[in-house]
Amino acid sequence: MPLLAIVALAVITYAFRLVGPLCRDRITLPPAATALFADAAAVLLIALAATSALMNGHDFAGWARPTGVLVAGLLAARRAPFPVVVLAAAGVTALLRLAGVG
Amino acid sequence: MRRLWRTIGSTRGSAPGSTPPWGSTLVRDVALVCLADGLVGLSFGATAVAGGLPWWVPVAMSVLVFAGGSQFAAVGVVLAGGSPFAAVAAGAVLNTRLFPYGLAVADVVGTTGAPGAGPAVRRWLIRLLGAQIITDESVAFALRQTDPARRRAAFWTCGLSLFGAWNVAVLLGVLAGSVVRNTNAFGLDATFPAVLIALALPALAEFRTRVSAGTGAVIAVALTPVLPAGLPVLAALAGLATGWRPRRRTTEHAAPPSADRRPGNRTASSIDPLTGER
Repeated sequence: MPLLAIVALAVITYAFRLVGPLCRDRITLPPAATALFADAAAVLLIALAATSALMNGHDFAGWARPTGVLVAGLLAARRAPFPVVVLAAAGVTALLRLAGVG
Repeated sequence: MRRLWRTIGSTRGSAPGSTPPWGSTLVRDVALVCLADGLVGLSFGATAVAGGLPWWVPVAMSVLVFAGGSQFAAVGVVLAGGSPFAAVAAGAVLNTRLFPYGLAVADVVGTTGAPGAGPAVRRWLIRLLGAQIITDESVAFALRQTDPARRRAAFWTCGLSLFGAWNVAVLLGVLAGSVVRNTNAFGLDATFPAVLIALALPALAEFRTRVSAGTGAVIAVALTPVLPAGLPVLAALAGLATGWRPRRRTTEHAAPPSADRRPGNRTASSIDPLTGER
C-alpha cells in the first residue's frame, strides 16, 4: 500500500469530516439524503462483514472464521457488551482452528 | 462502539438526569468504548503487519485516516491483492457518512463561546483538529447531550481519548503482529467482521435497511470470486435499490412522514441522532 494511497484516503476522509463544520449554515441536507447516507453505510458495513467473514481473497475462507463471526453476531444481537463480542469472535475461531477446523 | 452506547443510551433513557455525577459517567462510558476500540485497533495493527505490510502503513493510516472501518476495508483490499485505487475507493465510500456526522456536530467542533476561545487563528486550529476526531463514537456521545456545554465536553472527551487509545492500540498490534507470525491462530481475522456486524446492527432496525443490507451482502459475496478485490463491496450498494423503493411507497401512503422518520426503535442507528437533530 503506497503512501500516496494512504494520504489520498486521509485527505478524502478529512474532507468529508470538515465540510459540515465549515459550511453548516449553508447546507441543509434533506432527510431523505441523510437516511440514504445512513443506509449506504449500513449496507457497506454488512457487505464488508460478509465478504471478510466468508472469503479469503477470491476463495472460501473455511468454516472457522464464519462460525466465530456468527457466534459474535448472535452475542451482539443479544446486546452483549462490545468487548465480549470481539473476544468471542477471536476465541471461537481460534478454538475451532486448534481443533483442526480450517 | 455504537453497540456499546446503545446499552449506555438505554440506561440514560430510563433515568434522564437522575444520575448526579455526569462527568464520571461520561468518563466511564468513554473508557468502555476506548477499551473495545482498543481491541479492534490491536487486531488491525497485527493483521496488517502479519499480512505482509510494512509497520508504518497501519500506523500512518491510524493517525491520518483515523476511521477504523475504512482502514480495515482498505488494508483488506490490498492484502487480497486489489489495487490501491480500489482500496482508497472502498475506504472513501465507507467514510461518506462522516459528512452528515460533521453537519450534526458542527456546533461543538467550532468553538463559539468555549472557555478557551481566543484569537481567530486558534479557533481555526481547534476547528481543524475537532474535524479529525469526528467518528461514530464521538458523534454518538455528543448527540446524547442536549446542553451545549455537555455536548462539547462529551464530543471532545470521547474524540481525543479515542484518538489516543486507537493509535496506541494499533502500535501495540503492530508489535504483536511482527512477533507472532501466524495471527490467524488467535482468530484475529474474525474480529473485524464481528466489529462490523456489531456496528451495523443498530442501523438495521428498519426492515428496508435489512433487505438492502442482505441483498448487498449476497451480491458482494457472489461477486468476490470474479471481481477484483474492493469492487464487490462497492457493488453491494446496488442492494440499496431493493430496500429503498418500498419505503418511498409506504411513506407516501403512511400518515405522518415525520413520525416515519423518527421511529423510536432506531435510537442507536447512525442516522437517528442526525434525523433527530433536524
